[in-house]
Amino acid sequence: MALIDAPPLTPLPPAPALLSVSDLEVTLFTRAGQLKAVDRLSLEVAAGETLAIVGESGCGKSISALALMRLLPEPPAKITGGSVRLAGRDLTRLSEGEMQRVRGKDLAMIFQDPMSALNPVLTVGRQIVEVIARHDPASHRAMQARALELMRKVRIPDAERRFNDYPHQLSGGMNQRIVIAMAIACQPKVLVADEPTTALDVTIQAQILDLMKELQAETGMGLIIITHDLGVVAETADRVLVMYAGRKVEDGTVDAVFDRPLHPYTRGLMGATPSATLQPHGRLAEIPGSVPALADLPAGCAFNNRCPIAFARCFAERPGLTMPAPARSVACFAVEQEGVRHGDPVGA
Amino acid sequence: MSLTTSSLTTSPLATSPSTTSPAAPAPAPLVTPVVLAGRRRSPVLDFCRRFARNPAALVGLVLVLALVAVALAAPYYYPRDPLRIVGRPELWPFTNPRFPLGTDSLGRDIAAVVAHGARTTLMIGLFASLTATLIGVGVGATAAYFGGWVDEVLMRVTELFQTVPNIIFILTVVAVLGQSIGNITIAVGVVTWTPIARMTRAEFLALRDREFVQACRAMGMGDVRIMLGEILPNALPPVIVLSSLVVASAVLFESAVSFLGLGDPNVASWGGLIGQGRTLIRSSWYICAVPGVAIMLTVLALNLVGDGLNDALNPKLRDR
Repeated sequence: MALIDAPPLTPLPPAPALLSVSDLEVTLFTRAGQLKAVDRLSLEVAAGETLAIVGESGCGKSISALALMRLLPEPPAKITGGSVRLAGRDLTRLSEGEMQRVRGKDLAMIFQDPMSALNPVLTVGRQIVEVIARHDPASHRAMQARALELMRKVRIPDAERRFNDYPHQLSGGMNQRIVIAMAIACQPKVLVADEPTTALDVTIQAQILDLMKELQAETGMGLIIITHDLGVVAETADRVLVMYAGRKVEDGTVDAVFDRPLHPYTRGLMGATPSATLQPHGRLAEIPGSVPALADLPAGCAFNNRCPIAFARCFAERPGLTMPAPARSVACFAVEQEGVRHGDPVGA
Repeated sequence: MSLTTSSLTTSPLATSPSTTSPAAPAPAPLVTPVVLAGRRRSPVLDFCRRFARNPAALVGLVLVLALVAVALAAPYYYPRDPLRIVGRPELWPFTNPRFPLGTDSLGRDIAAVVAHGARTTLMIGLFASLTATLIGVGVGATAAYFGGWVDEVLMRVTELFQTVPNIIFILTVVAVLGQSIGNITIAVGVVTWTPIARMTRAEFLALRDREFVQACRAMGMGDVRIMLGEILPNALPPVIVLSSLVVASAVLFESAVSFLGLGDPNVASWGGLIGQGRTLIRSSWYICAVPGVAIMLTVLALNLVGDGLNDALNPKLRDR
């Protein structure tokens, strides 16, 4: 609560990170060779904090999330380096059995499409009970009561009646509420939401995001939202991490990044977001080209073939992460050269 | 027929006002009871309605129920050993009211043998089908869920079983283990599980990459729990249909084994009766015909029920 109500300008004390990922590396072992789907990704999430991971499709957002949960499809994907520490415990070193006790209890996940994330032949109530039974078994009656409690908590109207409904009898938004109820059933320390609102229509989106923020304020869980919707980021996140071709290219607080995006990719993403106030009838800016396939990343910076300000060095070397300001990092030679200029206009 | 279906279809409508009415008064209750009300349109009722839409399936169901009734009633009507000699041999049916279906070459009551044979047939059919389903679902589910070399090995084993001629395999098992009803049941189960394994594998392959399975993993559920608790209920309908058909083929296999004289000699069975009667087929053909008709009707009924189950359980046909 305190974190959220804090005035935005006070410097946040360095809260101890609940989840800290350092140099995470995921390799895909394919016929085309070994491809780095996630390359030395580091991130931290403190209790009560929301981190948004953004980027286009194919940037390695979802695979990073699955790597955190140790749910990568193995083969072909495998964690080949780095660590994922949740409350001090390195998840990459846990056995599968130990990991199963962590999943759903300490670290939970919400998937994109609620219609397919629920088992079609089991009632929603039973599915919530199953999660409780897995991690916190009690008498059947007690677990049912707790499941109902959760359903009310995620604002399902008439929860008693909905308890025995099947997922196809509920709307997408209701189903996503059920999915959220399942995810928070055992009070996870960190909740990973992979595009939680992409499959829902806009009004429901806002409700679901509000609900998630509210539950977070109540439980103090860390939240990682994976999205390509910058509107969602602005609305919910404290910090944002921009990924491109499996790498972190920029991160910082939402205010800092939105006010002054440094990486040309971030600026491109922002330019490509429709806005109600800026030039409502103008053509939407776009980033030319598309994310390169992992098998043929260009030499040097992975973004060089789409970058409006790329110069010779960008084609020769890969830029490393630099810290132009406190709690801010970016991987771009242009930024390195020019230094940080305050008050740069948004967009290129 | 039309009466049955219409009464079944109207019944959920008749009950719907009572189930929707609790929605109207919705004051936020301070203490909510854990009583879970409000199951609208039960899936069981739905299933019955779809099953009843197929008249052939209803006929099959009636025949199967009649068979079950005969099997259950047999010890009351014929409390003594059905293989006991009770009268003059080769009495034709309907000639002596004491033996409505006549007597066989040794003077045993055919009606008693058929009634007790129904018990044997049903037991072997059910337990062989159960054995086959357990093996088949286990093998198919494991193969598809784990994939890779597990799948490879299990499917090669399945093919191995498919290539051995069924009846020879059963005869071998019975010859080696001995002529008892338990061994026959196991032998029939062991040869009939392969189609169930392949069907289960196909269903599991389609289901295992669905997002809800991933979601279950993200909830910390283990493999066995996901396979049995989450995927299996989705894969079950076609497996149930196939299992019901396996009952029919188990009946045929048991009859064949008994016909060849390798059945359990201490148990009355339809196939055994046909086998003993075949030497007299030109003079007293009814000895073969009576149990033969029983087998035919049973297998037909089981197939009809299987078809009905398919209609009722197959989601693609639901809205036809």
